[in-house]
Amino acid sequence: MENKSVILAPIYKDNLRNRKIIGKIFNILLLISVLAGLFMLTVLLVDIAIEGVPWLRPELFTNYHSRKPENAGMKSAIVGSFIVISLTGIISFPVGVGAAIYLEEYARKNRFTDFINLNINNLAGVPSIVYGMLGLVVFGRMFGLFSKDSWLVQTFSLPVQSGMVNGLVFNLFGIPWLEIHLPFGRSMLAGALTMSLLILPVVIIASRESIRAVPPSIREAGYAMGTTKWYVTRTLVLPIALPGILTGMILALSRAIGETAPLIIMGAFTYVPFLPNSIWDQFTAMPIQIYNWITLPQEDYRIHLAAAGIIVLLLFLFILNGIAVYLRNKFQVKW
Amino acid sequence: MEANILPSVKTQNEEIILSTKNASFFYHDKTAVKNVTLNIKKNKITSFIGPSGCGKSTLLRSFNRMNDLIPGASVEGDVYYKDQNLYKSSIDPVKIRQQVGMVFQKPNPFPKSIYENIAFGPKINQFQGNMDELVESCLMKAALWDEVKDKLNESAYALSGGQQQRLCIARALAVFPDVLLMDEPASALDPIATLRIEDLMNDLKEEYTIVVVTHNMQQASRVSDYTAFMSIDRDRIDERIGVLVEYDETIKIFTNPKNKETEDYITGRFG
Repeated sequence: MENKSVILAPIYKDNLRNRKIIGKIFNILLLISVLAGLFMLTVLLVDIAIEGVPWLRPELFTNYHSRKPENAGMKSAIVGSFIVISLTGIISFPVGVGAAIYLEEYARKNRFTDFINLNINNLAGVPSIVYGMLGLVVFGRMFGLFSKDSWLVQTFSLPVQSGMVNGLVFNLFGIPWLEIHLPFGRSMLAGALTMSLLILPVVIIASRESIRAVPPSIREAGYAMGTTKWYVTRTLVLPIALPGILTGMILALSRAIGETAPLIIMGAFTYVPFLPNSIWDQFTAMPIQIYNWITLPQEDYRIHLAAAGIIVLLLFLFILNGIAVYLRNKFQVKW
Repeated sequence: MEANILPSVKTQNEEIILSTKNASFFYHDKTAVKNVTLNIKKNKITSFIGPSGCGKSTLLRSFNRMNDLIPGASVEGDVYYKDQNLYKSSIDPVKIRQQVGMVFQKPNPFPKSIYENIAFGPKINQFQGNMDELVESCLMKAALWDEVKDKLNESAYALSGGQQQRLCIARALAVFPDVLLMDEPASALDPIATLRIEDLMNDLKEEYTIVVVTHNMQQASRVSDYTAFMSIDRDRIDERIGVLVEYDETIKIFTNPKNKETEDYITGRFG
């Protein structure tokens, strides 16, 4: 073949200086956008610290709400939040991870799974108050199926109670702590179930991302050894995906711990002067306690105690995020 | 296109372990490989060579049904392992993959220790013997034992690429397969590591049947006993359908190919 290439002289406009300046400007703009967020967070933290730190006293953790600000604490709210969030984690982890495994590893790609995918993403964006209403109807009241005048109760003449517990109470095998209340009412269980619904889309999405990030070559290697899908999933995919799943899970829980709206709808109380004995008890939670204090007219509640409450809530958040980082590092697979 | 189906020299001891009969492979509606009929002999190394996209890997992966994992993949015709028709509905691919092991292009050890990588397969099958001995013997067979015997509990990813690939071979051996399918096992390795893999293949054929896909013609001529040359169907070049052009003893393919296309390919005048 003949070589007919023509040699072209480089005819450039020398604009390297301009390109470097544009690069610098871009760099500074990016830095500003980082600092903007950081600045607002600092302002918030400093403001809250000034108002709240002097009120971080033992009473805050040992007392219930009181008519005197100097005696008021948030013991029941801390315990309530802790238990509700723990229950939420216990409920949403298996369900969320299970759904993620199904969608990533088992489901065929067809219109139906596309539809499910779309709706999981939609659900992640639904306002929390809507979940509150859903939880109230489904778990709190169970569509009124166990009220005195419902057809179910009338037909089978079920022994429903009214008063402290509205509805049916069973004892499984006669064991006192194996009680089941129908409907779930304003209980911690109903609150936790509602919170689980709220964070499930986030848990599913985070788990799926994490499962998808496991290299296909690892799955192939597993199958080539003569293993079943479940074995590959359990022994190869899940251990590799676990740090990401746990991180997503805990970040979702730290969203749930600050949620107020669904719990207000579910009927969590603002004044709970006792600690819960079981998951069927009524409860309050930290954001509700803070919200309650902010609505009171006295400055000590409205500003100082609320700020102290926010500090406690933030501490919980930081602890949760710390656990997330720890778990991620602990289970991190070394490549 | 006429392909030479059977190597012309037949000795009595040569037993056929894998074979295809008019096998065609499809991805969704697209034909990937058409009408392949060939017999692969036991305890020999058979290599598949040919240009990219001619379906060498597709054919290779049909022998342990790894193609099943690709959505939309389907087969017509027959693929036999010993006397079992692999695509009959009564065949469990999980069981077949245990007997027909596989080594991939990129070393893909599990993110576990060297020991656990080998023990993975035996554990599924609830291996009853002495696991330590099994691990040692597999690493010995893969010529890796001396290099790793003092660090069995270290991560497999601490090994070099060539060592990782030999670990993958050892891992495949641990479930006692008859056949090893190798999909370009040395293409991600440097020349020295490549030679070690080739030596290893030579040692392994005493006990195993090896089928290897390679882009490296020197490799095919060095290690294999039989060579299958695959190419794109020239009559329907736009559809890129893979066909088997010539299959014979390696020495014949490389010194005296019957087909013009084979000759062009092995002498580097292809296309």
